Amino acid sequence: MTEAGGAPRHKTLEPWNDPGQSPYIQIAGVSKRFGAFTAVDNVSVDIFKGEFFALLGPSGCGKTTLLRMLAGFEVPSQGRIMLEGEDMSTVPPYQRPVNMMFQSYALFPHMTVESNIAFGLKQDRVPKDEIARRVAEMIQLVQLDGFAARKPHQLSGGQRQRVALARSLIKKPKMLLLDEPLGALDKKLRAQTQFELMNIQEELGITFVIVTHDQEEAMTVSSRIAVMDHGRIIQVATPAEIYEYPNSRYVAEFIGDVNTLEGRIVQLGADFIEIKSAQAACSIRAAHGVEAPVGGAVWVAIRPEKLNISLTPPEDASFNCMRGEVWDIGYLGNLSIYHVRLESGQMVTSCLTNQTRLVERAITWEDSVYLTWAPSSCVVLTG
Amino acid sequence: MAEPQSNRVAYVSGRTATQGRVSGLHARFMLFAPYRWFHGLLTRTGLSSRTLVILVPYLWLLLFFLAPFLIVLKISFAEVLIARPPYSSLFEMVDGTYLQLRLSLENYLLLLEDDLYWKAYLSSIRIAGISTVITLLVGYPIAYAMARAPRQWRLTLLMAVILPFWTSFLIRVYAWIGILKKEGLLNLFLMKIGLIEQPLTVLNTDIAVFIGIVYSYLPFMVLPLYANLEKMDQSLLEAASDLGCKPLKAFWKITLPLSIPGIIAGCFLVFIPAVGEFVIPDLLGGSDTLMIGKTLWAEFFNNRDWPLSSAVAVLLLLLLIVPIMIFQRVQQNQGGAG
Repeated sequence: MTEAGGAPRHKTLEPWNDPGQSPYIQIAGVSKRFGAFTAVDNVSVDIFKGEFFALLGPSGCGKTTLLRMLAGFEVPSQGRIMLEGEDMSTVPPYQRPVNMMFQSYALFPHMTVESNIAFGLKQDRVPKDEIARRVAEMIQLVQLDGFAARKPHQLSGGQRQRVALARSLIKKPKMLLLDEPLGALDKKLRAQTQFELMNIQEELGITFVIVTHDQEEAMTVSSRIAVMDHGRIIQVATPAEIYEYPNSRYVAEFIGDVNTLEGRIVQLGADFIEIKSAQAACSIRAAHGVEAPVGGAVWVAIRPEKLNISLTPPEDASFNCMRGEVWDIGYLGNLSIYHVRLESGQMVTSCLTNQTRLVERAITWEDSVYLTWAPSSCVVLTG
Repeated sequence: MAEPQSNRVAYVSGRTATQGRVSGLHARFMLFAPYRWFHGLLTRTGLSSRTLVILVPYLWLLLFFLAPFLIVLKISFAEVLIARPPYSSLFEMVDGTYLQLRLSLENYLLLLEDDLYWKAYLSSIRIAGISTVITLLVGYPIAYAMARAPRQWRLTLLMAVILPFWTSFLIRVYAWIGILKKEGLLNLFLMKIGLIEQPLTVLNTDIAVFIGIVYSYLPFMVLPLYANLEKMDQSLLEAASDLGCKPLKAFWKITLPLSIPGIIAGCFLVFIPAVGEFVIPDLLGGSDTLMIGKTLWAEFFNNRDWPLSSAVAVLLLLLLIVPIMIFQRVQQNQGGAG
């Protein structure tokens, strides 16, 4: 799990927090229905210039349909899509200053790499020598030197992916749409290509909108993530915010691993909330505010790496301290994952970085352990 | 192998076993004695089962194509006789001691000398060529519409294309006489709507032959084109559109070039049988419609000149083999590109 997001460059670019900035792309109340099926349900989101924006969700959540509406392949049933304040909703794809990189790459099999990349410029009747120059530049950018005369079937998967990227970038679109761009690559190549994509995006300053179901990929590349489910956007935030402060159980569970404990609010303190949970069999203090009345049902979400596991009880065991028995251990080398069965029967997961070699008395199966966490490292969710 | 060999399991050596499902099937079949025995025989004679599978169609072609052709070739070198059979034998025993081979090139020389035959060949190629182009122009939109139709409709449309095959070819061509003749349906209809006053002469002209060929061979054009267009990746057109290409231009730039293998297959499937077509020019064409099929018929049945008509057939085959070989080469290249 990448403890991700907060790369320095994202901190300098936060136009969504700047009220003086106007959004580059506005998706306003967009719905798309296919017969009785609602693929996209009243989605509103603003995307800013130069962002690397990710639409993340399980398959069938409507993220691809939303992307296809941005490209112009689908017309919204309702709502508007604006690019720099201009309504694009009904503009056909061939007139939009937007390009897309297809999941299947959709390279023209009867054309060489060079003609594939040049295709977009030829449609705009760009002078021949300029086409040649820009194509050569693009081939260099995506490191395909020496492959210009090949046909797509003579390339490897990774090379095809580069051709598709080059072809969709050559027209310098105002927005580049990427539909699961790395889905067909193997894991190692994917990780490498993610960073290349980020570099290219930064170099060209083009706004990228990427669709992916891979949360790790979304966390790595994007400036902000929109988590989608059943055609709706559940949360839009930076990767770090999404991970640390999910707004719902759905988001918390979709991004990374999480322990959720059911409980009721017993006290709304000045700087903490006190929650009683039968599952945890202890009182829980959380530092983050939540809009729920006393007595309201809530869920406490704690990431496994924020749950400390220990054989000895903590000094103050009056809150945020659960007792249980080690049920299972997963040793991953850098991490150890402990599955602990609480007295209530609830299973929770804790993970520990293996900083020292296993010399001292290690936690092992059937050990009775104490699980503790700081009030600031858990999140209270109402739904 | 560490396990003791039980007699319920047949062990297949790594060399003879092929991949995946086939090897599983093979291993199971090895439990049966006849299969094992047969397999042993094949291995001993150096024949793989793959060779055997390929052998079947080859034997078929040998028996039903090559052998008759050799007979025709033989007859084409004979001389015509009023006898039964009506041609001379190529082999003759001389003095009862040695065998004499007598090849007569007279028939081929006649084909080259008499311009009737050359004209018939050229006219056949012209008529077949024009018909093929018309069939392509008619068939392409049909195939395109079928390939773009909603999925649940495609099977029905496909059936509609194949359905005419359920009626006799001859009857369908006869039906066209009823439509095209002077007092036929076409003229009645055109006069009724007031487009013409005098009935058109369509029957017994080259136009009727074109209509007949286009109608009869349309499925042979539509089916390969449909198969090609149907499997085309729709995202290619989306990509073209995304890059600024309007739909009509995208058709010329993407769809058409990618359907060339289908076009070539369809054209050959129409052109080759159309060149040798006899029934359609005979029933729908006029006395001046010159086609090699008609010439062949006349030589064979009217003149009872088997050797000459055999020579006509052999030359026709040679004329057609050239385009077939081009076709094969194109197909092979396509296979490499797939």
